[in-house]
Amino acid sequence: MQYIELLYIVSTVLLIIGLRKLSSPSTARNGNVIAALGMGSAIFVAIFSPMANDQGNLLYIFGAIAIGSIIGLVYSKKVEMTGIPELVSVFNGFGGACAVSISILEAYKFDAASSYGLMATTYMALFIGGVAFTGSLIAYGKLAGKVKDWRSGISSYFNLAWLALCLGLIVFQVANPTAYAYLPLVILVVSLIYGLTFVWPIGGADMPVVISLLNALTGIAAALAGMVYGNMVMLLGGVLVGSSGAILTVLMCQAMNRSLINVVVGGFGASASAAATDQGDIKETTANDTAIMMRYAQNVMVIPGYGMAVAQAQKACKELDKSLTSRGVNVNYAIHPVAGRMPGHMNVLLAEADVPYNKLIDLDDANSMLTDTDVCLVVGANDVVNPSALDDPGSPIYGMPVLEILNSKNVVVLKRGMSKGYSGIENPLFFHDKTKMLFGDAKDTIETLNNEVKVMD
Amino acid sequence: MLEILDYLKDHVLMINLLIITIYLGFEVISKVPTVLHTPLMSGSNAISGIVIIGAIILVRQADATDYLTLGLGALGVVLGTINVVGGHAVTNRMLEMFKKK
Repeated sequence: MQYIELLYIVSTVLLIIGLRKLSSPSTARNGNVIAALGMGSAIFVAIFSPMANDQGNLLYIFGAIAIGSIIGLVYSKKVEMTGIPELVSVFNGFGGACAVSISILEAYKFDAASSYGLMATTYMALFIGGVAFTGSLIAYGKLAGKVKDWRSGISSYFNLAWLALCLGLIVFQVANPTAYAYLPLVILVVSLIYGLTFVWPIGGADMPVVISLLNALTGIAAALAGMVYGNMVMLLGGVLVGSSGAILTVLMCQAMNRSLINVVVGGFGASASAAATDQGDIKETTANDTAIMMRYAQNVMVIPGYGMAVAQAQKACKELDKSLTSRGVNVNYAIHPVAGRMPGHMNVLLAEADVPYNKLIDLDDANSMLTDTDVCLVVGANDVVNPSALDDPGSPIYGMPVLEILNSKNVVVLKRGMSKGYSGIENPLFFHDKTKMLFGDAKDTIETLNNEVKVMD
Repeated sequence: MLEILDYLKDHVLMINLLIITIYLGFEVISKVPTVLHTPLMSGSNAISGIVIIGAIILVRQADATDYLTLGLGALGVVLGTINVVGGHAVTNRMLEMFKKK
């Protein structure tokens, strides 16, 4: 039996090394491969190790793995880079659902002699897995634009009461395991509903935080299931995901200068109409003027947002960058930590367009460079450049660190129209003296800019 | 109360491990650059699919006529596999783009 434990230890070590390497740019790819090897060897051991009460059933296992692999591979190949957050969210939900399916089966094996610890652990795995499952599906729906924000004044009270009901049921069931045969199913349903009502009211701009949180929850569900089976690699793998997900969640909250409680209970969008008065006039500009301004600038800073990705304008932007750079203009990209639909999503999208990553400047460095910047080109970004965060205590995003682009000499905003951003918050930047608006589809506009720049010599 | 203490006593090794691993998770991630947040989240999401092992054990121990366990357990394996295989594959696709050219 010992060699099985040994193989599990090897798997655990591979998972830890893999995760470690995933957190550094030069080793990330190897890290992913190493983590996958760790998963593979752990699954191999789980299938082939000698086991008490082994009934075989290998056909079911291999069939299920084949089906799951095909589905997973097809979707991971098919997905557009803009759709990554949705996909990660769905995958995460499936992990939660897996925890649900095993813990509900385990729950029906209990009798009056089962230990409280084991029962409590199983029901917590059921609950957390259930929340992660339906919560992730709602997050997916919101990111894909299929589920609209829903919120009412009582939603947070309702959720608190529902959470209390859920935990109360679990305590009751553990204390009286044989009282009601249907109670585990009630706990399951209540948990699934809590996942829905927990994520539904959270505003669009907070989805990155929520996805990270749900990811951490799936890890915790896996760890709890590992305790149920007394399986170390499940326990440790799950805890690794849980704790690393938790720290990512905290980092993201810091990037938005908000507490997790505030994200979960409060949220953007609720009081978004506060600063809708006295907006002043907007100034439109032409592609020709903008091209001239950029051609004769020393430093240009591009501020990309999700709008750029949706318009598929990254590649056009990279071409414009090339034309400007070859004419002696210094072009960089200022990346806000929560730009895009997921933290770091913008970096992935620009990497797809081959923008070298030493041109991607993070928030603090970008802000110190902006004072020497001649032209800021805002492409489809709204909230991360909103000056209300700096000077309007009434704004829902007041206090969130933003790119202070008004410190630069000129600001040009590429936008299709005057609609609000994903978070639904008014942006006074668009009405500022320094700002000029360049309306149109981002991709077409940037291609026009590039053509204008090219004909200038 | 006594049961809780007993449970803690029986699982003292596991609880120690738990605490060390939580700390390890924090340490491993705490200095990650923003550029890698998305691949990291996707990669760690794939790792959370480790819960599939529970589903595999469940199916292996199910009676050949216990179709509920076999069915739900196999469904768990399918879902877990999607999370593991899809998660690692999509992470790899993202990281390929960060390759130096």
